[in-house]
Amino acid sequence: MSVVVPGEHVPAQHVNLKLGPGLTQSSSSPTVISTRAGTLNHSANRSKWWVESNSRRYVPAPQESVIGIVTQKAIGSLVYARISLAHKDMEPELECFDAQTRKSEGFGELKGGFMVRCSLSMCRKLLDPNHFLLPLLGSQIPLEVAVGVNGRVWISSKELKHTIAISRCIEAVDPDGEGMEEKALRTFLGSLDA
Amino acid sequence: MRPPSPSIPEKEFVFDALKHSLRLDGRLPLEMRTPALSFGTELGCVECSLGKTRVLANIDAKMVKPTPERPFEGMLSIHSEISPMAASEYEIGRPSEEEVTITRMLDKVLRRSDALDKESLCIIAGQRVWHLRLTLHFLADAGNLLDCACMAGIVALKHFRRPEVEVVGDEVTVHPPTERAPVPLAIHHTPFCISFAFFPDPSTQPVIDPSLLEQRLSAGLMSVALNAQRELCVVQKLGGVPLAPDDLLAYINVAVAKAKELDVIVEEALKKDWSGRHVEVR
Repeated sequence: MSVVVPGEHVPAQHVNLKLGPGLTQSSSSPTVISTRAGTLNHSANRSKWWVESNSRRYVPAPQESVIGIVTQKAIGSLVYARISLAHKDMEPELECFDAQTRKSEGFGELKGGFMVRCSLSMCRKLLDPNHFLLPLLGSQIPLEVAVGVNGRVWISSKELKHTIAISRCIEAVDPDGEGMEEKALRTFLGSLDA
Repeated sequence: MRPPSPSIPEKEFVFDALKHSLRLDGRLPLEMRTPALSFGTELGCVECSLGKTRVLANIDAKMVKPTPERPFEGMLSIHSEISPMAASEYEIGRPSEEEVTITRMLDKVLRRSDALDKESLCIIAGQRVWHLRLTLHFLADAGNLLDCACMAGIVALKHFRRPEVEVVGDEVTVHPPTERAPVPLAIHHTPFCISFAFFPDPSTQPVIDPSLLEQRLSAGLMSVALNAQRELCVVQKLGGVPLAPDDLLAYINVAVAKAKELDVIVEEALKKDWSGRHVEVR
């Protein structure tokens, strides 16, 4: 688990090598170079390699679920969609249903609630089922959450105070903000007026 | 690159919460974020932050020939261009409405309010005066760049020390800081700017020190610049939200209380920094 910077040569070699985010292979030589600053990780059998980094600016990639704001026709509505097509030279394309099941599966317009901005690594943490935050909040406040990997999280709960509390907790745990651990967050949550 | 205007859920949620006097960061409607001042190694360099909003102010001084209309006064020029470092929607060379408002307000608060005694900057009348250059760098915009910038500017002026100058007849000797201790500027009073944001629903109370989302969703903004001695420097009101005279006086009184608090914070920070500095005079 080492730290790499952009342009650094990475010793990734395998018969079935799969390069994840942050790594690229130059077309001429077989050398693998990192394109981001972060920690270098690889799977146990060394076939999958990737760089974990934190940033706030999202670069669209296919099959990722994001939250967007509509700019034409129904201006201002929030939608939860999946990226179907993303190319660095074109505008990305979104679809509001699951491609396999052809059903909405929770995609579509998000009504009510509130949207919070956070860093990209925070979104990935929220999507991780082993992370402590959402189960902890859910045990105390009934809530509905839609996490977009583009740095936006939609939250909805019955009381305004609860929604504000959830939003402040997400900002507190965000590694860009304070990066609170579980114990500190429990104290923080207890101190909020909810 | 203009960001999209806030989404409908964000708008409705913020207005709903404000109706119940709730703010997104847990503050009370009339509560300001606590300012944090951090001074650089050079005198006259200070970074002021209100929550996540950060502005860096820097002062340098050079000796120039004064303008013929005002041979007894020094000069203060303020440079406050907002770069995309503050937020991606700002562009250099194309002043946004907010940038124009900030530039005008800084001019009124720091120059036209006579906070700085320009005549004390005169060295030889008609020939040599000090020209102070205040540069503001907007590092991060989380709402209310104006208040942050005004505070950074006045604190930088109070923090700065100019080299001591000896005038014998027509000869001017500038003593470098290593020879003689540099001299503070003559500041008459310390104005602070306090901004209120008003919202479309007339029954919603205004909030002080708006955050970015509150600023974007506001229907009007009012900024009051005054000092801790209850002297008003500027009252600026944008947006056309109707305000009754009694309410206006009530808000100005709130601003007076805030200015007094800010004065205490600023004086303490300056004292602490000064005691930590070692100014050696041989």
